[in-house]
This record gives sequence, C-alpha cells and structure tokens, in this order.
Amino acid sequence: MKEELMVSGKHIAEIYPVLHLWHWEISLYLFLGGLAGGILFFAAYFFIIGKEKEMSTTVKWATFIAPLALMIGLSSLLYDLHHKLYFWRLFTTVRFTSPMSWGAWTLLIIFPLSIIWVASFMKDMFPNWNWKWKYLNQFESFVIKYRLPFAWILMFLSIILAVYTGILLSAFNARPLWNVSILGPLFLVSGFSTGLATSMWLSKNDAERRILSRIDIFFILTELFLIIHLFMGFMAGTAVKLEAFRLFMGGSFTISFWIFVVLLGLIFPVTLEILELNGYHVPKWVPPLLILFGGLMFRFVMVDAGQITRFLY
Amino acid sequence: MAVDTKKCVGCADCVVACQTENNVPHGFCRDWIVENVKGTYPSLDMKFQSERCNQCENAPCVRCCPTGASHIVEGGIVLVTHDDCIGCGACVEACPYDARYIHPQGYVDKCTFCIQRVDKGQNPACVDVCPTYCLHFGDLDDPNSDVSKALKNRSWYVLAPEAGTEPQLYYLR
Ligand code: SF4
Ligand code: SF4
Repeated sequence: MKEELMVSGKHIAEIYPVLHLWHWEISLYLFLGGLAGGILFFAAYFFIIGKEKEMSTTVKWATFIAPLALMIGLSSLLYDLHHKLYFWRLFTTVRFTSPMSWGAWTLLIIFPLSIIWVASFMKDMFPNWNWKWKYLNQFESFVIKYRLPFAWILMFLSIILAVYTGILLSAFNARPLWNVSILGPLFLVSGFSTGLATSMWLSKNDAERRILSRIDIFFILTELFLIIHLFMGFMAGTAVKLEAFRLFMGGSFTISFWIFVVLLGLIFPVTLEILELNGYHVPKWVPPLLILFGGLMFRFVMVDAGQITRFLY
Repeated sequence: MAVDTKKCVGCADCVVACQTENNVPHGFCRDWIVENVKGTYPSLDMKFQSERCNQCENAPCVRCCPTGASHIVEGGIVLVTHDDCIGCGACVEACPYDARYIHPQGYVDKCTFCIQRVDKGQNPACVDVCPTYCLHFGDLDDPNSDVSKALKNRSWYVLAPEAGTEPQLYYLR
C-alpha cells in the first residue's frame, strides 16, 4: 500500500485545514445582488417595450424591493469586512482586474438609480403623493421625461450586477469549484429567476403573472442546462476539478445541492409553473417561495463548497 | 528564496523567529512547516518544507484586491498596505497557498520577506536563524546572490506551478 501523509504546522482557525473565511454574509450579499438585478432588469425591460400598464407590478411595485435588497446586501457585505472603518478605500480607486472593485462601483451607481426609479413612480402608485420640496418635483419631472434612456441604463447595469455576483467567485483561480467561466452566466440566470419570482409573488394580475411565469420557465430550464454543463465540465476536468465534482457526488454537499437547490428550488417550482399555465390550481406563493429558497441555498452551497476546493500539492 | 528540503529538519526555528521579528499575533503565522511522509512502513521517506508566501510574479492576491492595498514592490516582494486594506478577504480566497491571514486588527497580513530587514541589507529573520542553513535568500537577477548560487547547482521545484502564479519560492530537492 502506498501512502502519503502530510502534516502542516499552520493552525489558523479560518484557514487551515480548510479555508472558511467567507460565511453567510457573502452568500446573502450575492443572493440579494442577483435578486435586485433581476427585478430591475425586468422593470426596465417591460417599460422599454411599452408594457408599463399591463405589467404594473413588475415595472413599479416590485421595484420597491430592489433598493431594500441592495441595502441589506451592502450592509451584510460591510458587516463581513474585517477592517470596516476603511471601507471607503473601495471607492478611492477603480481596479478592473478585481471584480470586487468594479462590482462595488456598479452597486454604488445602481443603488441610487433604483431609488430614483421607484421615486419617479410614486405619484402613479399613490395619487395623493406630494414631494414637499420644489426642486424634488422638478427633478421628478426631469426623470419622467428621460425615463426611456434611464431604463436602458438600468437594464445594462442590472445585467452587470447579476453577472458580477458570479464573476466575483469565478475570478479566484485558487478555488477550482469557482474558477469556471460559466459561473457568471449561471448566477445571472439564477438571479434573474429570483427577481422574476419576486415580481410574480407580488403581482395580483393573472395575465401579468402568466407572462412572468412563462419567462421564468425559460430561465429555470436554462439554469438547469447550465448546471448540467457545469458538472460535465468538472467530470472531464483535472484532479482539482474532480475533487470539486466529488463534493457534490457523494460528498458533503450532495443533499444540500441536489435535493434543496436542484429538486426543491428548480425542478419542483418549474413543474408547478407549467401545471399552472395548463390550468391546474397552484397556490400562487408556492413556486416563487421555492425559487427564492433555492436561489439562496445555491449561494450558500457555492460559497461554502468553493472554499473547500483547492490546489493539491 | 530557496529552501533546501534535504537539510531542513523541521525544527520550526524560522516560524518562531518570524513571529518574534514581526510581532505575529498568537494563533497566526506567516511561515509554517509542512511535514510529508511517503512510502510503506518500514521504508518511509520523510521531507520537511518551510513554507510561506511565494511572492508570486503573477500574484492573484494583487490582481483581485479591490483597493490596491496588495501590491508588488520593486524587487518582487508582495506587500499589503495596512491602512488601504478593508479586510474583505478577497486576497485570502485568491491565494492558492493559503499564505495570508486576517490580523486580529482587521487588515490582512502575510510574509514580507522581512522587508524592514531587507531594506537594511540584512536577510529575513528566518534565513538568519536557521540552524541548518537551509534557507537561501537574495536577488534572483543577481548571479552572485546566495539564492542564485543555490539554484544553479541543484534541481528544484516550486509549489503548484499549475496555479499559474509563477511562485518565487524554490524548493531544492
Ligand atoms: S503566495 Fe499567495 S499571498 Fe503570496 S504572492 Fe502568491 S498568491 Fe499572493
Ligand atoms: S483583504 Fe485587504 S489586501 Fe486583501 S483584497 Fe481585500 S483590501 Fe486587498
């Protein structure tokens, strides 16, 4: 029998034997970033194609959630920083090689934009609404006048935001599970699907929900396809990728991933959505809840599992 | 730097010297010993390796740092400016050698090759303290430096070259 035993004298709690530095804060942050990206993308999209009236929840009401989600996400990121008082250093430079840097800048821009977007619809949503100050009223009419280019900018930024949540992880070549280029698109699709789920949950209009549900089915199926693709890549990969593969095939993340993320978070809700479109009665909160739950679990699993995978030397 | 794995006895003097020289807080380390045993009893082969930051030429920790706190100085040493560091941990995640840690005060810390000593023309503390003289330090571009001479006459390897980081810590075999 050939054996190899390695003992390292490095005993740093969060780093050895397995890295465990990023916890729930990062998972939550990635989840909320994708969610907000999804909500804003479809709000802008339906506005641009002129469906503001028919899709009023998606375009107006649901966007309330976006700044809230971004605020909670940013707070949880801030909470995770170990040198908190220096956080403003993030905004003294732009470093394109660091996703953390351009992602933080994107957030800094999209966060106020999402508030402005919601604010510009206040009078639509609450007819008695009144901005007390004159220049707020002027600013409002300015925004309303240029809402179309505004929507285009929002749509563009929301794609960057959602894709960034994946690229943040995939940029780390030291962690083989994350270091796959498909992670960006996968997080984008998953984030958009959670955004759609939120709008679907809030909408009281059956026609609107049906349209959202149709798009969501497409997104979930794409996500499933990308997941299969991801694992095919691992299966055909080098030793470190196989190690990542094994964590999900019999390893400690098998149940949390395949049962909670894939079955409960994707396959089950997509089946319900298809049934609902075909006239079966499904409680309207069930598919969105499952999708949101699956999306959150997905981030937890990826952040945790990724830190376990490493180069073997 | 070059580490002679044939001479290292795993005494961890380098670890203690580093902790003293650099005030490394309790429970953390900038360098550490890895013990590797191979074979079938009774014919076993044991190897000691003193490890630390590899001062990578293509350093992923520098690439992913959002604030520029992690940077490479002239001569190739990778440093962290504590007052620029926000403690996001991106560089810790990015290092394939897990050579960084978060200092209890919040910033990230790692081996600096004792830059405060090197600037004065001295060796890093670990190099000077090693009782078996197994650590060789110096400028790799200078053919007469201790490290260049050590590398010239011996076969060597680096850790995880497949990570693409171009590590600058050489192990003599
Ligand atoms: S060993 Fe790690 S910390 Fe040191 S330069 Fe390379 S990647 Fe950075
Ligand atoms: S923890 Fe500090 S040095 Fe490391 S990437 Fe973040 S800001 Fe840069």
